[in-house]
Amino acid sequence: MRASPGPADRLRLGALGLTSRKGRAALSALGVAIGITAMVGVLGLSESSRADLNEQLDALGTNLLVVSPGQDMMGEDATLPDASVSMISRVPTVQSSAATYAVDASVRKTDQVPDEQTSGIAVAAASPGLVDAVSAELREGRWLDAATEKYPAVVLGSTAARRLAVGSLDAGVRVWLGDQWFAVVGILEPVVLAPELNETALIGPSVAKTLYGDELPPTTVYTRIDPTQIAATRDLLGRTANPSAPTEVSVSRPSDALEAQAAADESLTTLTLGLGAVALLVGAVGIANVMVISVLERRREIGVRRALGATRAGIGTQFLTESVLLSLLGGLIGGVLGVALTTAFAVRQDWGVVLPWQPVLAGLGCSLLVGTVVGLYPALRAASVPPTEALRSM
Amino acid sequence: MSVLELQGVTRTYGTGSAALTVLHGVDLTVEQGEYLAVVGPSGSGKSTLLNIMGALDRPTTGRVVLDGDDLTTFSDARLSRMRGTHLGFVFQQFFLLERRSALENVSDGLLYQGVRRAERRRRAADALRRVGLGARLDHAPGELSGGECQRVAVARALVHRPRILLADEPTGNLDSASGRAVLELFDVLHEEGATIVLITHDESIAARMPRMVAMRDGHIESDVRRGVAA
Repeated sequence: MRASPGPADRLRLGALGLTSRKGRAALSALGVAIGITAMVGVLGLSESSRADLNEQLDALGTNLLVVSPGQDMMGEDATLPDASVSMISRVPTVQSSAATYAVDASVRKTDQVPDEQTSGIAVAAASPGLVDAVSAELREGRWLDAATEKYPAVVLGSTAARRLAVGSLDAGVRVWLGDQWFAVVGILEPVVLAPELNETALIGPSVAKTLYGDELPPTTVYTRIDPTQIAATRDLLGRTANPSAPTEVSVSRPSDALEAQAAADESLTTLTLGLGAVALLVGAVGIANVMVISVLERRREIGVRRALGATRAGIGTQFLTESVLLSLLGGLIGGVLGVALTTAFAVRQDWGVVLPWQPVLAGLGCSLLVGTVVGLYPALRAASVPPTEALRSM
Repeated sequence: MSVLELQGVTRTYGTGSAALTVLHGVDLTVEQGEYLAVVGPSGSGKSTLLNIMGALDRPTTGRVVLDGDDLTTFSDARLSRMRGTHLGFVFQQFFLLERRSALENVSDGLLYQGVRRAERRRRAADALRRVGLGARLDHAPGELSGGECQRVAVARALVHRPRILLADEPTGNLDSASGRAVLELFDVLHEEGATIVLITHDESIAARMPRMVAMRDGHIESDVRRGVAA
């Protein structure tokens, strides 16, 4: 025979105070639940979004360097020399490159729309390798090929297509570009690594030269670099593109910008995490409060239990268990809600669902700690109730 | 053979000029199988005496010997276990847990001896049958009459077969018929060999018992054995 209640009996004793006052237990667990929900939710969300970003970067590649004109010493917009495209393509560490060239024209839905209403859409000539260089996908139609690049054919960026109200290509859609009709042969998906292309109407270099002259100034050169040589090549590209004024060339790495954006999201995560911690703290105080009241209300029960043979430690354990169970209940509810929140949001955002196991475990650990810490004082008070309390006349 | 022996027990509350002595050197011996009443007006020290007899409180001076052990040398934890194994308590207001069934309340009487749950429930059911509540096992205290509640409390007090059953005004909250039934239950338990100490201010209850200890102002005023039963 054991000399004291076993673990199962201790759990049952601890749960007694909760099951006999369900409403109060639920309300006091609520604070902890809110805190844990916020923490698990925000950690789960940032984990899913980071996983999504990594997946995106894996697919898109991080070795894209974009060369574009910077500003000259007077602060004016600079231009890239015409030769820069071919010079860049000869750099040994450049695996492939493609360029866009400025075309001085506007694109409109029909010839009835006034010339000034460009809807913010730029027109550019694109070299054939562009879609591969920036990992662009076509939502509709085809990319410009050797045949279509000679004719008035255009591929629209996703935003450009929306502004021109071009949804589907089934009916043979045309747009008014410059001074003539162009057939829309393709629409791009949003381009993550080169978002400027979303607002551009792209035409073939041959047709552009025919209509707008032989010397089109390059606007942007997109290059794929040997992944082991990115830093070194980055320094080299400016000098290669414009040997006489390398400082007037801007070289950027779009994947860096995406990562920086994720880092900015992280500070928001930290803030929300802090708010969750505050909610958890408030919940902890709530539990401490309820436990102290519970001890005051149950002095008689404590006295009777002491008379039935409970030791001080036995009484203390009962109330500590109750506090821990209360807090764990909150943690459990918070964990479930947090996971639900993360999943719902991830599904909405079309992200892969990452179950935030670590935040959930951390949340449960937190609530265990909270229950123990705040339960200590009420448990000590309960243990100090003298057994004579059982016989005190009311 | 004596079950419980008080030797020169005093109890003083507070210290210095505020000190209040409630018991002044009480000597009392309870023999195995005795059935005795402690009577006295309120303030006579009988509740303090019960606290000390029940090991709920320690005397300021003097010795308390329970079943051969000097309790004054015991640690608090050992004293607690002693209560759980050797003593049973019945209180004026029953003190049952409201939302738990009679069976669960009685099985709590075995909880702190480390008896396993199934065994606790079996023995609790036995104890409830013994006090005539075999048909009320699953009723909560709120669904029972006062007399029935007190019988549940008696079952809880004797489920672990204590050496002494201590009852504090057990009929104080009951109507006369229920009170009589509880006293008759004590009579039966006594005939079966239980040692029972009953505290009351009601002389008529005390008068029907084989031994009556009268308290006044912290002393034993009289200790009368009538030798009816032993």
